[in-house]
Formats: sequence, C-alpha cells, structure tokens
Amino acid sequence: MAPLGDIIRRDRFGHPPAFTPQYKTSVLRSPRRALVSLEPGPSENTGPIFKASLLSPLDNDLIRNYAKDGEAVGERIIVHGKVLDEMGRPVPHTLLEVWQANAGGRYRHHNDSYLAALDPNFGGAGRCMTDAEGNYFFRTIRPGPYPWRNNGSDWRPAHIHFSVFGDAFAQRLVSQLYFEGDPLVPLCPILGTLPDPAARERLIARLDMANSVPFDALAYRFDIVLRGRRQTFFETQPEGL
Amino acid sequence: MPVEYLKETPSQTGGPYVHIGLLPAAAGLATRTQENPHILSGAGERIRLTGIVYDGSGHAVRDALLEIWQADAEGRHNAGDFLGWGRAAADAETGEWMFETIRPGVVRWRDGRPQARHISLLIFARGINIHLHTRIYLPEEKEALEADPVLRSIEQVGRRATLIAERTDAVDMPTYRFVVQLQGDAETVFFDM
Repeated sequence: MAPLGDIIRRDRFGHPPAFTPQYKTSVLRSPRRALVSLEPGPSENTGPIFKASLLSPLDNDLIRNYAKDGEAVGERIIVHGKVLDEMGRPVPHTLLEVWQANAGGRYRHHNDSYLAALDPNFGGAGRCMTDAEGNYFFRTIRPGPYPWRNNGSDWRPAHIHFSVFGDAFAQRLVSQLYFEGDPLVPLCPILGTLPDPAARERLIARLDMANSVPFDALAYRFDIVLRGRRQTFFETQPEGL
Repeated sequence: MPVEYLKETPSQTGGPYVHIGLLPAAAGLATRTQENPHILSGAGERIRLTGIVYDGSGHAVRDALLEIWQADAEGRHNAGDFLGWGRAAADAETGEWMFETIRPGVVRWRDGRPQARHISLLIFARGINIHLHTRIYLPEEKEALEADPVLRSIEQVGRRATLIAERTDAVDMPTYRFVVQLQGDAETVFFDM
C-alpha cells in the first residue's frame, strides 16, 4: 500500500483555545503548558474503520429510535450535509454520532436535573455513516434551549452535539451544531470560546427548504470539514529528532 | 495570496452529557447496551489499562470520555479483525476508567526508526474545548523509551515521564496505570499533530 499523505497541520486559530474563562469549567481543565508539536506518524495518519453492520436501521431516526408508545414530541427536522476534508474531497463511509436534548431542553442523562420533563419517546442519541459521496442525514426533533450553571443562569442555544472520525485519528472531531436565526447564539459562552467570528459561522446549520418534506419535516443543511491530507512529496528528517 | 482551502469545522466541548451519544449505557440509556467499546478483542497478549484524569485543583474529572487507538500485536494498523480503537467513560463517582486490550507491537516512525510500544489517547470532557491528544507508553522497554523519536521531541526531559504508564499487576493480566494531570506542575504532555 502506498504511504498515506500526512494530515495537514491543524489551524488552531480556527478552534477554541483551551483556557476560556467565560466558560468557567475550562479554567481548571485547560493545560497551562504549550502543546508539543509533532509531525504525524503512522499512529496519527490512520484511524479506526467501522463496519456498516455496526448500525441498526433506526439509528439515524431519533424521532423513532426510542419510541415507546408514539413518536417524539417537537419540531420534526432532517439534518443533512456532506463530510469533506480541507481539500474538498468527500469523506465516505465515516461514522457520525449525534446527541441532544429533547424539545424542552431536557437530556436523558442521570446527571441532568433540569425541571423540564423528559419525553418518554425520545432518547436523544443517533448515529449514521456517510455514503460513498460523503453525504449523511438523520431525522430528529429540534432541541430546546436550556439553562446551565455558568454565569448566573446562562442558556445554551438549541444545539446538537456531533462526533465524527474521518479516516485518521488526527482528524477526530467533536463539536456542536447550532441553528440559523437563534437569538441565543450570539450570547453563548461556549460558542464564544471561538475567537474568530468566521469560525463561529461554520457551526450554524442553515434552513434548507428545498430538502424539507412537505407536511412532515423541515430540513437543515450542515456540512462538516475535517483536516485534509497533503500529497507525499518528500520525507524529511524533522529538525532535532 | 496563498492558496486557500476549506477550513476545518471548529471544535466545541463534548459537554457533560457526552455519554448519551457516545456511550449510552453510561448515561443510563437502555439502548445499544450490548456494546462494550472499552474491551478490544484481537490476537496477542491481553493487557489492562486503568487511570484517572485530574483537573488543576487535583479533583478527578468524573465526566471524562476517553478513546484509544493502537497497532495490533504485529505493529500494524487496520490489519485483520483487530479494530484497534476503544472508548471508555470515567466512573461517575470515582473518575476511574479502564480498557482491556492487547499489547501493541512496534510501529516504525516516519524515517523507519522503531518507536517504543505506545497507545494513542484522546480525552474529551465538559470544560475541554478541543480534545487533548496524548500517548500511553508501556514502561518495560527502557532502551526503546530512551530512543523513541516522539518522546525525544519533548524538550524538557523530565516531562517525558508523564507519558509512561506504571505497571501495577493484577492476578489475571498485566495491568498498567496512567494518570493524566490536565494542569499544574506535573501536567501531562499533550501533542499537536
């Protein structure tokens, strides 16, 4: 097998720094020393390959995958898009996992004690794999905002957490998707950990009427970009190693 | 103007409820409970990794989620039936986490030099805005550790020891303990790669 090209260096200005005191928990959970820079090696340029047999038929349908005696309550939506790398290449057959609160902003997690009720027909976990062209979709209800103990009572905007693998461990990414037009978005200390306004924009899903299903569900479009790979031109001995 | 490519999607914290999506059983969700991604099956010598993540005040991070990635016993990635990847949650009461896997083989560095046996580790949690990337080295092969190109790239020699697990054998299999200090004097080395 030809050697895989290196994963391109991460532009950390496009990511949140570790220490962001307006998000209080980051104060004690952020390293104070600089990260040690390394060229990626075989352990970083490769990553797990998940089999499609991992998935169950309802895994990407959060409206039905926890149904007990009916479907989940809330605004029915489809979230879809393409997973690409920085070079614009589709990332096929990669695992995308999502989790979220219900329509009232309540999570089905033993640590969430928010007074909004649980929905007996909503679990809040889903997953899917991109197809051969890098496309993915899942069906869910739009999550509600919820309050959290940060500065007084901050409120999270409606958001869906997601996790994606790519084909290298160096491409691993966990982030959050927000919704176009939500007035809580500019107030959020977690989205505000991103110093670059253009980077914050890249986390906003856009209303997509063309892909909405009439009399059923609205659609939102959200593309995900993972780190690219460069071509293998030359091998160099890194300085000092 | 330099050439512009697409920009990577920015990271955000996994948050306190990361388990719902990534380890539903740890959230109390009765779905997919048959999955035990902290147990990696494959040919080779079974080993156990245990550990804990501490914050800058010395308290355990009890909502951390960890992932490992490693070569198989022959030093190959993505070969045969060995997935090479695992995921575990810190215990909600104690912060302790555990993997069972196989002893990784030797993987060569970019220039062909052997690396010491190691397992890549990612840490996700509430308060961590972008996951932290480190390595767990096994302690037995002193010469290989001394020569390891990645360990040698850490300028402060004393900090290299933060990546070497301690052997704490249990009766059934070789067991290693890896303590992560997110912040402070004994801070674990984290990589940008």
